[in-house]
Amino acid sequence: MPDAKKPLLSVRNLKTSFFQDEGTTKAVDGASFDVFPGKTLGIVGESGCGKSVTAQSILRIVDRPGRIVEGEIVLTRADGSQIDLVKLKANGREIRSIRGGDIGLIFQEPMTSFSPVHTVGTQIMEAVLLHSTVGKKEARLRGIEALRSVGIPKPERRIDEYSFELSGGLRQRAMIAVALASNPRLLIADEPTTALDVTTQAQILDLLRKLQQERGMAIMLITHNLGVVAEMADDVVVMYLGRVVEEGKVDDIFHDPKHPYTKALLQSIPSIDSTPRVKLATISGSIPHPFNRPPGCPFHPRCESFMPGRCDAEAPPLKAVGEGRTVSCFLYE
Amino acid sequence: MNARTTSGAASDRLLEVEGLRKYFPIRRGLLQKTVGYVKAVDDVTFFLNRGETLSLVGESGCGKTTTARCILRAIKPTAGRVVLRDGDEVLDVATITKDRLRSLRRQMQMIFQDPFSSLNPRMTLLDIVGEPLLVHGVGNAQERTDRVVELLRLVGLRPEYMRRYPHAFSGGQRQRIGIARALALNPRLIVADEPVSALDVSVQAQILNLLLELQEQLGLTLLFVAHDLSVVKHISERVAVMYVGRIVETAPTEALFSSPRHPYTEALLSSVPKPDPRLRSERIVLAGEVADPANTPPGCHFHPRCKYAQAICKEKAPMQEEVAPNHFVSCHRARELTLRGVARAPS
Repeated sequence: MPDAKKPLLSVRNLKTSFFQDEGTTKAVDGASFDVFPGKTLGIVGESGCGKSVTAQSILRIVDRPGRIVEGEIVLTRADGSQIDLVKLKANGREIRSIRGGDIGLIFQEPMTSFSPVHTVGTQIMEAVLLHSTVGKKEARLRGIEALRSVGIPKPERRIDEYSFELSGGLRQRAMIAVALASNPRLLIADEPTTALDVTTQAQILDLLRKLQQERGMAIMLITHNLGVVAEMADDVVVMYLGRVVEEGKVDDIFHDPKHPYTKALLQSIPSIDSTPRVKLATISGSIPHPFNRPPGCPFHPRCESFMPGRCDAEAPPLKAVGEGRTVSCFLYE
Repeated sequence: MNARTTSGAASDRLLEVEGLRKYFPIRRGLLQKTVGYVKAVDDVTFFLNRGETLSLVGESGCGKTTTARCILRAIKPTAGRVVLRDGDEVLDVATITKDRLRSLRRQMQMIFQDPFSSLNPRMTLLDIVGEPLLVHGVGNAQERTDRVVELLRLVGLRPEYMRRYPHAFSGGQRQRIGIARALALNPRLIVADEPVSALDVSVQAQILNLLLELQEQLGLTLLFVAHDLSVVKHISERVAVMYVGRIVETAPTEALFSSPRHPYTEALLSSVPKPDPRLRSERIVLAGEVADPANTPPGCHFHPRCKYAQAICKEKAPMQEEVAPNHFVSCHRARELTLRGVARAPS
C-alpha cells in the first residue's frame, strides 16, 4: 500500500472550456483537489457545475469542441512514478493504459453505457484482455469472478447474457464489474446511483464501500445528492459553475460550512429527519446559463452576503482556512 | 396533528378509491393472444380529504403513476371505484361516460414531472396557461388574458413575460408555468406526478414552498406522486406507500416516518441516505429485487425480501387493517412487530 498521506491523484488549476460558435463555455474554471489512496472524495454540485467535465478531463475523454486549456492532473502510478495526464496525447498508448487500467469509470446510465449487441461477458473480457496479458479462457474466468465479486447471482450464466436482460440494479453491478476487472487504483463514479431506486441505491453504495475496503482503492464519487455524499465520502469538494467553492472533511462541510453557497444548499434540501410542512430556506434565482456567467464570483447574484464592488469585480481565489479546508470567498480574507 | 387529517367523516372526503385495479394484457404471437397480465395496480384502496396532501410513494414500477392516471381517467381502470364528491354530487370516475368526461376534467388537473417536455415550445405562456380556459369556454379573450395575468402572479412569474416562449425560462420557472396551467380552472384536485424530481436541489425548495403556499391560499387538495422520501415528508400530511401494485401502508406523515408498521416501509426509510455524516447508520439493505408485476409472488408481494416473513405470508395476501388511528397496514405481523423509523416519535 502506498503512503496514505501522498495523493494518488492531484488536480491543480484545471480549466476545461468548450469552444462553440455561440461563445466559449468555461465548464471547469480552475478546479484543484487531491484524491488519496483508499479514501472517497465526493464532488458535489448542481447541474452545470462542471463535475462531470472534471471527470472527463481526468480520463481525457472530453468531447469536442471542448478541451483542457490549463492546469495539471498528476497521477501517481503503481510503481511510484508520477505522470501529468494533461500532457499525454488524448488517444495515445499511455492514456489508454491508464483509462480503464489505473483509473476505472462507472457512468450514471447503465442502460446506455453497455453495448446492446455484445454480451456482458465480452465487454468484461475486453477490459481484462486490454489491460493484462492473459488468454481468453483466463479472461473469461476473471470476468465470472468479477461478476461474482459484485454480487451478481449465477455469474456463469449471466456472463453470456446481454445488458438488456439485466435489471437496473444488476446492470449497474455489471458496470462496476467491468470497471473493476483491471484492478484500478482509482474508481471514478459519475452519479452511479442517480438512475436507481433507493433500495437499489443502498445495495450499490454498500457494494462500493465493501469493494473499497477489500481492494483499498480510491473512489471519486460525483453526485448532486448530498445524502449520498454524507454517507460515502471522506473528503468533499463543492463546485458551482465550474469553480470549486469549498473543500474539506465531510464532517466539516456538513456541520461547519463556510461558503454561502454550501450553507444555502444544505439549508434548502428537505431532509428525511426534518419536520413536515415547514417552509424550506431557498436560494433565490436559478443557476445562470453558462454563456451568461456572472463576472467575479459566479455565485454573487444569488448570494446573501454579496458585497457590491468586491464580489462582482473579481473572482475570489481558493484560500486555506484551517486544517484541510479551503474556501473561495472574500468573507474569509 | 390537525383535525383535518384525522377526521374520517365521509363529508370531508373529496376522493375515495376502492379496489382499484389496472391490468395491462401481455399479447404474444400472430393472433395477439393474451398470455398474461401485468398487474400494475392490484386492489388499491385509499381516500383523500378536502384540502389535504396525500403522497403516493414507491419505487419505479410499483404502480403509483398508473394509479394517478386511473384517478384522472387518463386510462380506464380494469376494476374498482374512484369516487369524486362535488358538493352533493357523487361521480364515479372509473365508469363515467365519455360525454361527461370533459366536465370532470375541470375538477382534476395534473402537474407533470418534466417541465421541458410538458410545455409546447411553439406556444407562448399566454397560450399555454390560457389553453384550459379556452378549451372549457371560460370567458372572452380579455377575461382569459386577465386570468392568465392573475395566475402568473400567483405562481411568482412576471405577467410581462406572457408573450414569451417556454425556451426563455429555466427549469424552475417552467415548472411554475405548469403549475399555473393546472390552477387555471380552479380544480378541486391536483395530481402532481414527480413535480420536483427533474429540478436542481436549490430550485426544488422554491417549488415545494410554492406548492405549500398555494395550498394554504387556495385550499387545494393535492395528490403527490413521488419516489423521493425526503420531499414526500416535507410536503404531505399523509403518506401511502406502494409496493408492486398494492398499498402496503397509509399513515399520517409523522407516524409513518417515526414508527412505520410495515417491513417494506422500514427498509425503504432506512435506505434513504441522510445528509449528515454523523448519522451514518446501519442500513437495512434489502436482498433481491422488486417482484415482477407480471408474475407476482403468491401471498404478500413483499414476502420473498422480507426478513420477518412466516409461512402465512407466502400463502395469504394480508388485508388492510387500521392498527392505530388513521394508520392502515397490510401485513400479517403488523401488530407484533416493532420496526425502526427515522425520526423522533411525535411528542
